[in-house]
Amino acid sequence: MAPVAPRSGDAIFASVEHVNAELFTLTYGAIVRQLLTDLEEVEEVNKQLDQMGYNIGVRLIDEFLAKSNVSRCVDFKETADAIAKIGFKMFLGVGASVTNWDADGTCCSIVLDDNPLVDFVELPDTCQGLYYCNILSGVVRGALEMVSMKTEVTWVRDMLRGDDAFELQVKLLKQVPEEYPYKDDE
Amino acid sequence: MIGVGKIKQYANVLETPLSKGKQEVSLSAFAFLFSELVQYNQTQVDNIAELERRLEDAGYSVGARILELLCHRDKGNRRETRLLGILSFVHSTVWKVLFGKVADSLEKGTEHEDEYMISEKELLVNRFISIPKDMGTFNCGAFVAGIVRGVLDSAGFPAVVTAHFVPMEGQQRPRTTILIKFAEEVLRREARLG
Repeated sequence: MAPVAPRSGDAIFASVEHVNAELFTLTYGAIVRQLLTDLEEVEEVNKQLDQMGYNIGVRLIDEFLAKSNVSRCVDFKETADAIAKIGFKMFLGVGASVTNWDADGTCCSIVLDDNPLVDFVELPDTCQGLYYCNILSGVVRGALEMVSMKTEVTWVRDMLRGDDAFELQVKLLKQVPEEYPYKDDE
Repeated sequence: MIGVGKIKQYANVLETPLSKGKQEVSLSAFAFLFSELVQYNQTQVDNIAELERRLEDAGYSVGARILELLCHRDKGNRRETRLLGILSFVHSTVWKVLFGKVADSLEKGTEHEDEYMISEKELLVNRFISIPKDMGTFNCGAFVAGIVRGVLDSAGFPAVVTAHFVPMEGQQRPRTTILIKFAEEVLRREARLG
């Protein structure tokens, strides 16, 4: 089969069904509030949000691959570009750019152009340690793990914490060699 | 440390202009998120009633905010004060904003004066959800019931709101009916206003 060119994030986003971003934003807010009430510790909430994102990422990668026609990326640079240019766009409708590469090409930053999660949000004094958007870092981590990349994803800039942008740092820890789940002769 | 040496500019929510509400995200993004909400709450409860209550609570906080947002943005800081007014506000305006369409129907209960029903053939939150047999009558529409209760309660119309599956003839999937039972005081006030 001849390789098909990957579709652009804009094209995919235009072709899928949409929901109002405010429903999405407020529902996410309801989740965060519920976690804060249940878990009490901000640190625990960060962890739980990341876990939820991971669960989403593990499932979301299938839809990403199915709709985007992205085939195997030759290196981590291509992977990061695919996440920023196609991934964020097709699900959240926002663009993102990749910057701040380190010398050996295993660590970079994804800067979001916009962030639908944080409309109407302001962190109160009691929640200053909260990474409100931690679900997103979990999604990226979960999705990459499904394509054999162990990563560490952290927020380095967060506008809710007074920074000037939303910046995710994605660090490639190791590439897990792909293994068949079955033996050849079975 | 990041940010040291910079003067931090905390964004003040009140100073940023209110969005027009035209922004959209993909349906899958919402479905994934909603599924996590349900799964997380499943870990926190022992029974279905409790699970529905928690989803309803989550929805309630969405409803309260939606009312405030819509009244401010679309209605010039006015809100409905009469029963039918607020019901049609929920059925039309709120539904349209949240789910992109007006609800399929708004009916008055035939047996009780204080009951109203909003029905939807395929509720957005139930689109990708199938209920396992052992969970009986559980309906994720509890979240939407919570939204409705949040809107009504915050507008001064306290009510008990529940979500039910109603089988439809000739349809494979049941529709969801949101049953609204208003508090006594609401009906008394309504009668007084004439």
